[in-house]
Amino acid sequence: MTLNQPKYKTTDEVDFVVIGSGAAGGILAKELSESGFRVVVLEQGPYLTEKDFVHDEIKVLNQDFLTNHPDLQPTTFRKTPQDKAKQQRALVYGRLVGGTSTHFTANFWRFHEIDFIERSKVGPIPGATLSDWPITYADLEPYYTKVEWEIGVSGQAGASPFDPPRSKPYPMPPLPVKSSGVIFERAARKLGWHPFPAPMAILSQPRPGRSACINCGFCLAFGCEVGAKSSSLATAIRFAEKTGRCEIRPNSYVHRIELDANGRATGAVYFDAQRSVQRQKAKAVVVCANGAETPRLLLLSANKQFPDGLANSSGYVGKNLMLNSGGVTTAVFEEPLNDYKGFAVSRILHDFYELDPDKVGFHGGGGLDARFDMTPIGFALGNLPPGSPRWGKGFKEVLSNNFTRTCEIFGHGTSLPVENNSFSLDPDVKDAWGLPALRLTYKDHPDDLKLSTWLNARSAELLDAAGATKMWAPPVQEQQFAVHLLGTCRMGNDPKTSVINSDHRTHDVKNLFLCDGSSLVTSGRGQPTLTIEALAFRAADRITALAKRGDLPA
Amino acid sequence: MDSHLSRRGFLSQSLTGISAVWISAHWPAMLSAATHARQSAKFSSPAKFEHFSPEQAAEVDAISARIIPTTDTPGAHEAGVVFFIDRALVTFAKDNQKTYAEGLPELQARVREMFPAAGKFSAATPEQQDKILESLDEQSRDAGRTPFRSSAGAQSFFETARVHTIMGFLIDPDSDKRGNRDGAGWKVIGRDNEHMFQPPFGYYDKDYPGWQPNPPDADKTKS
Repeated sequence: MTLNQPKYKTTDEVDFVVIGSGAAGGILAKELSESGFRVVVLEQGPYLTEKDFVHDEIKVLNQDFLTNHPDLQPTTFRKTPQDKAKQQRALVYGRLVGGTSTHFTANFWRFHEIDFIERSKVGPIPGATLSDWPITYADLEPYYTKVEWEIGVSGQAGASPFDPPRSKPYPMPPLPVKSSGVIFERAARKLGWHPFPAPMAILSQPRPGRSACINCGFCLAFGCEVGAKSSSLATAIRFAEKTGRCEIRPNSYVHRIELDANGRATGAVYFDAQRSVQRQKAKAVVVCANGAETPRLLLLSANKQFPDGLANSSGYVGKNLMLNSGGVTTAVFEEPLNDYKGFAVSRILHDFYELDPDKVGFHGGGGLDARFDMTPIGFALGNLPPGSPRWGKGFKEVLSNNFTRTCEIFGHGTSLPVENNSFSLDPDVKDAWGLPALRLTYKDHPDDLKLSTWLNARSAELLDAAGATKMWAPPVQEQQFAVHLLGTCRMGNDPKTSVINSDHRTHDVKNLFLCDGSSLVTSGRGQPTLTIEALAFRAADRITALAKRGDLPA
Repeated sequence: MDSHLSRRGFLSQSLTGISAVWISAHWPAMLSAATHARQSAKFSSPAKFEHFSPEQAAEVDAISARIIPTTDTPGAHEAGVVFFIDRALVTFAKDNQKTYAEGLPELQARVREMFPAAGKFSAATPEQQDKILESLDEQSRDAGRTPFRSSAGAQSFFETARVHTIMGFLIDPDSDKRGNRDGAGWKVIGRDNEHMFQPPFGYYDKDYPGWQPNPPDADKTKS
């Protein structure tokens, strides 16, 4: 936390209140404060820094040190709107300054041209609300480049023949290749595919105040203790604080946005750390609370004018949720890979980004990556070959042989938007503050399941070519746990079938903007964060332009 | 060697074989890692139990030593897993106190029933101990008897002890959880107890010639 932060009073009408400090919120806070606006960022989680990030698996994974906690924030799940939801853990997200970007894998794929215009290209798909974006890849390209250069992304431009055009190379070379990456690259080439160095939001070269990756091996799900992971915490938030105009206010749980008599948002109502209700006044509100909490906040903010939820005249708030499809195939090799060293992924391929439905029998596409993202306890409890002994001498033998010799191939693919798939308010279960809990309703589109199975078959083909001594994959099943939270307040030109316009302004409330995974119209091929951040840079430009021409309330 | 001494000394010890360029690029990170190591030094393990009686501790130690036995490499006993479980039951796993409170007498009852001459679990032979644990393992296919059903609020005793043993064997030895003493568990699974690594990492990347572009034959029409 820098000393440069202003301390605004809740009664000060600041220019913007930004709700959430993750991938999108951090960037909006940076851009808006750098443009001269006074900004308060309200973050429900704590303000942790590098010194707090440890390798203690129990603290981080079992006790949700960095993530939403099921005791404080219970969730429910059901497959369809006809079912009664059961209480179960239904999603995970980063609940701290920096949000999910603090603990993510840091895969940083751009979307391709097709992701923005798929509906026009393929026509309607039964059971899906597939739609084109109101913007194209070309509109977003400068912002992809901006993200890569400003936060620090490692990669090799031009290495994939399937890559969309780019205006600039990556600012730094790829991270070193891991043994899993070499195995993947050799086998993929044998099969005539086109592997390439994974673009990762992890530094391969140091930047001011941040180290290059030291390959500590506690990456996915952990905070980076040396600032090498290009999270909003390590990047955008620090820049925002430097302006002297941005206050990061942690432990501030926003639960309502109120409107004045003219239908303008007046700021945000939140619980502070002592659970007292506070009201931060602001000229405009930007919600970046993630694809689950953003729609929940709008639904919690229902009022006389919007009885079904704020800015929900379309009825689409919370709907069309996309989680991304995919599968995992695990394999064991003869010699040690020692893949526990380093970040998760070093090689990927995009040969299957755009599959031909006439050939494969379903709509969609995806990519593969080679990785090892397991930490010792998680590995021992969940990643030995099926049928392995669970304790005793035999267990110890398998464990000590396999830990260094295991890697995984992940398939990542499209999710088709389905209207019923949603986050909504549970009618019965309440969180620790007495507010309705998040309810996940989800049933994968049949094509998503077919794609997952198809990608698993490619992973098996690849591992076979690689000479794996053993491989296995859990059967593809309908999902009931959410990590990628996409599409729940989608962007569009038609106020009847979208929640925000291409400026991220809600169709219904002039000074209310939404930007995060909820803004996405399609799911991409499984790695949404770079697109969320590019949208945030673009949204900041659009909002600044609106403010400068007097199109925001003064 | 005392693990904490070696952690403190790691800056000087782990530099052999690492290039000067790499060191200068990573220096801030190494200082940070050193700070982590120093912080961890205060969590030394006194040989004192916070939850178990010495008698209970001896039984739990014996159970853990069958779940991860000592072979030609250290097992749960050498890694001090019983100290981890003891602390777990007064910290993050308080809810499991009941599981052990009910499970340990049940274990004793099975010793009396199956191997009366042994007296207590920790005094039975390893083969007898395995048979007793198999009888408690609800997932063991050859249990041949009704598994012990814990009462409301308690978990399956064997499964809890199994998971706790694995956790205590493999937890970051620099954490405050008192497990994985001297990094014994990590040695067994082949994980070097270091805060940073540099390539090559493993067998398959050690002779990697560097990135070679894909041949320009990509069929950009659909697969």
